[in-house]
Amino acid sequence: MHEISLCEGILQILEEQGREHGFTRVRAIWLEIGTLAAVEIEALRFGFEVVCRDTLAAGAALHIEEVPGQARCLACAGEFSLSHRHAPCPRCGGYRLEVTGGDEMRIKELEVE
Amino acid sequence: MCTVCGCGEGETRLEGEGKGHDHEHAHSHGEGAHHRHDTHHYGRGPAHAHAPGVSQTRMVRIEQDILARNDAYARANRSRLARAGILALNLVSSPGSGKTTLLTRTLRDLQGEMPLAVIEGDQETVNDAEQIRATGVQALQINTGKGCHLDAHMVGHALDELRPKAQSILFIENVGNLVCPAAFDLGEAQKVLILSVTEGEDKPLKYPHMFHAADLLLLNKIDLLPHLDFDVARCEEYARRINPEIPILPLSARTGEGMESWYRWLRLARESRLLGRTPLAGETA
Ligand SMILES: Nc1nc2c(ncn2[C@@H]2O[C@H](COP(=O)(O)OP(=O)(O)OP(=O)(O)O)[C@@H](O)[C@H]2O)c(=O)[nH]1
Ligand SMILES: [Mg+2]
Ligand SMILES: [Zn+2]
Repeated sequence: MHEISLCEGILQILEEQGREHGFTRVRAIWLEIGTLAAVEIEALRFGFEVVCRDTLAAGAALHIEEVPGQARCLACAGEFSLSHRHAPCPRCGGYRLEVTGGDEMRIKELEVE
Repeated sequence: MCTVCGCGEGETRLEGEGKGHDHEHAHSHGEGAHHRHDTHHYGRGPAHAHAPGVSQTRMVRIEQDILARNDAYARANRSRLARAGILALNLVSSPGSGKTTLLTRTLRDLQGEMPLAVIEGDQETVNDAEQIRATGVQALQINTGKGCHLDAHMVGHALDELRPKAQSILFIENVGNLVCPAAFDLGEAQKVLILSVTEGEDKPLKYPHMFHAADLLLLNKIDLLPHLDFDVARCEEYARRINPEIPILPLSARTGEGMESWYRWLRLARESRLLGRTPLAGETA
């Protein structure tokens, strides 16, 4: 649902960076999206195309790296990968987990001209 | 398009304005909002050029959070609110869980005791703000158009407009939606999640982000429990799987049952915000 606003956020960053670093076209963009970040990748791709139409990023290739969820169990200190936020610890069955990775939404790099 | 910060917020409208928010008030959320990131270039030239001689492309590594701008606005709102000793609460829930009803009752009961103010977020209509103002408390409506959540930038503008009193509690009623508002920090002190017993006890498992982000869970409409097969204990267990320490207060915004615990929570949260703080120049206790 909020993928469109995320794309607007991306575009704002691109425009800001363009002013700062003197580029006028973005050819490609690399994103890192955690699997726990509640982002629909397909919706994000669609939104990106729509939001970037007639901008410096029109037609830019979108490369998305999905980062797997990681957690630490606060009960047994076990570390494991996490597919859903409500999954229990595979070792002790506890639910008190600290998410240590997989909720990122970052722009990594750009190919520009 | 905003003339001060150059923002084009699409369909967002602050109440009382035409389209956009083309106003001239001072911007206090500018600080640090625009240029804060680590940037460096590398790999100019051949390694990444597509077609030498045609166009020179280069790589720019930016490592920036997509929500960095929102987060910068949120930080500015948060420090501004803290300076004024204002306790800002972001009220989130599904549509129709009872946010406006809860607020209206809360305002009626507490307005003699402390200064209060409300920001109402809705996609269309100003109905909720009108309902709030009928209590005599100052309120401002933000219409987000197609936007499914409030963001920190809109709230910054609303603060300029509304100017809540020092030491007040500012309630921000977010757009009814359990997904998107979880990702957008508004600069609030705490998030209060309202879940009504008509919604099914597995909501925490279906919307773990919101339940994870919340600081307090109000379980509303408990007056309807006799007519439903909603299992309160199971709902609490699910909520604590996602957020082990979350306090949960069952109440009814309609009958008033349980509201006194919510008021205690509010008084304590406000007290702890005010205790030991340096008042602003000219601020009266
Ligand atoms: N029985 C009962 N009904 C309630 C209670 N609280 C709210 N309602 C009813 O639930 C409906 C929705 O309440 P609102 O306060 O408008 O809910 P809201 O969360 O502000 O709704 P949106 O702003 O549209 O998301 C109204 O018909 C209220 O009268 C309650 O404690 N018990
Ligand atoms: Mg409402
Ligand atoms: Zn464990």
